[in-house]
Amino acid sequence: MTNPAPVDAIEPSSERALITSIIAGDRDKFHLLIRPYERQIYRTALALVKNESEAEDVVQDAVLKAYRKLASFRGDARFSTWLIAITLNEARGRLRKENRTTFDSLDERSEESGDYTPAALTDWREVPLAALERREIRALIQQAVSELPETYREIVTLRDVEELSVNETATLLGISVSLVKVRLHRARMMLQRKLVPQLRLTAKPEPKRRIFGRLSWL
Amino acid sequence: MALSCRHVWDRISEYIDDTLDAQVRADVERHLAHCEICSAILDSTRNIIIFMADDRVFELPLDFSKRLHARLDDVLQHEYPEPREIGPY
Ligand SMILES: [Zn+2]
Repeated sequence: MTNPAPVDAIEPSSERALITSIIAGDRDKFHLLIRPYERQIYRTALALVKNESEAEDVVQDAVLKAYRKLASFRGDARFSTWLIAITLNEARGRLRKENRTTFDSLDERSEESGDYTPAALTDWREVPLAALERREIRALIQQAVSELPETYREIVTLRDVEELSVNETATLLGISVSLVKVRLHRARMMLQRKLVPQLRLTAKPEPKRRIFGRLSWL
Repeated sequence: MALSCRHVWDRISEYIDDTLDAQVRADVERHLAHCEICSAILDSTRNIIIFMADDRVFELPLDFSKRLHARLDDVLQHEYPEPREIGPY
């Protein structure tokens, strides 16, 4: 294990106390403050930059910025939300600087009338969580998320990977709750359509004879 | 109201998040009770959502935390947080 086990979020009141003492000079406590959120902001960064080492750079820069700007944190938002907002900004700034667009040319009208047909399989069997022990199953999910258009990738990352509420997601992305719901639905349907046939094929117990041979992403 | 499969598909995400109003929810449930296709779509979508939230899927790179805190230490040694300002956040 090279990364410490995930740390539970600190109680909001102790978190505020922690922030006060860091600003008052107890600087080392900043380590404790961010530990519970490392994974969350890494996933946020990864949703935008799509490359692990770049996402790591974004997280480091965002965390340093959060430290320097800590006195500007207003207690009315959650610290985690503030930290995610800084991370989104850092990632977007980096994309802008390199002239990589941060917007898909999403046509809002096509969002309203999009016609997604889900993968319909009546013989679907639940894939148990234990299947995630298998690298190829994890890779399928990572790849499906990374291939979503950016707008959908952001939504699904905040809402389904990080499990933020619809309201928090809307605040962070600066869009309405109803647009979050529309895009989230589209994103989930795209993932369903892509992943269901793949999971059905891959998550089955190892066949005695390898009919399909090596699959291309392995 | 009897819903078509297409109508049910359009509501699957909100059904899972439990944000449909009671009447629509009841209509969706009535449809699901007898439609195998929609039930399978619901179950598989939910399955995928549960997978995405699992920590094992998007793991931190090796030694990510160590590097982050080392870099942070560097700054913490030499800098205090900036005085409060009206910033962008
Ligand atoms: Zn149906």
